[in-house]
Amino acid sequence: MAATYEPIATTTLGSAQASVSFTGISGSFTDLVLIISAGSANTIGFNYVRFNSDSGTNYSATSLSGDGSSATSQRSSNSNKGWLGYWTGIENTIKTMSITHIQNYSNSTTYKSWITRNNNANGSTYSLGTEAAVGLWRSTSAITSMTIYNQTSGTDYNFIAGSTFTLYGIASA
Amino acid sequence: MATTYEAIATVTVGSGGAANIEFTSIAADWTDLLLKLSGRTNKAQKQENIQLYFNTSNSNFSFKMLIGDGSAATSYGTTNSQVADVPAATMTANTFGNMEIYIPNYAGSNNKSFSVDSVDEGNQTTVYSYLTAGLWSQTAAITGIKIAPAGANNFVQYSTATLYGIKNS
Repeated sequence: MAATYEPIATTTLGSAQASVSFTGISGSFTDLVLIISAGSANTIGFNYVRFNSDSGTNYSATSLSGDGSSATSQRSSNSNKGWLGYWTGIENTIKTMSITHIQNYSNSTTYKSWITRNNNANGSTYSLGTEAAVGLWRSTSAITSMTIYNQTSGTDYNFIAGSTFTLYGIASA
Repeated sequence: MATTYEAIATVTVGSGGAANIEFTSIAADWTDLLLKLSGRTNKAQKQENIQLYFNTSNSNFSFKMLIGDGSAATSYGTTNSQVADVPAATMTANTFGNMEIYIPNYAGSNNKSFSVDSVDEGNQTTVYSYLTAGLWSQTAAITGIKIAPAGANNFVQYSTATLYGIKNS
């Protein structure tokens, strides 16, 4: 029986690290799923993704989020990284997780989009809540690599030790 | 080749109903857990909250919820472990709600952050969809998960829940 849902690669940080990359992603699957359980070295960190090392302003994203008191929606466009999640790590501990689905990642005809769910329900001042976001990479290239960054106001911060990143492939046949 | 995405156990509620659905003795064989529920309760209302327990405890939880009711989006936070709604007795007949809980690194020694998506759709004026961030501030491995109607009612017949294990290698 063919494996439908298969781990491609996983990384657990033994020490703090500024970014995490998955390279050499084959076109063997139909969709990708990225699971992140992470913390940031900064008080508040935001997750971004860059595909195939493309640093052009080809990324946009729209989010719907709730912080425990109000619901908001935000958008970024013409960015040089994709907004993978409005928040990731807080207070130097691992209390945030996200699930990102990237459909039809290996076709060479359409732009690539993703949907992500981000969650941090920590009860402290920096608890930022729950979010659903969609993103777009305006490229028809097949995704063969991705790098995940933790950033706030244009400054990169480290993911803390113990953060885990796993990329799964889903095959439709 | 190892099975990456595996059904650990499934429960289908029988004709007498069930006060809860529980998965026990969850081994640390996987990396993440995914619980899928199709549920309805017998409470004499349109909806009923579902109470979540890890390792038989419903303490040390916190939640941030984003809720849509068909006319507005709202958000609130709580430390009550009532994680979502499902349809209840006066909701459109034969209608069950969906809930999905994803728990990464459930056997690890960090606090457990998890994601919950749920809906209690029905042919009613007001129904709800929830996007929920959950945190269980305990470092113990999760070895048991229980969900129960918050009002001490029963899940009705045909409610089903399946616990999946997902392995990263």
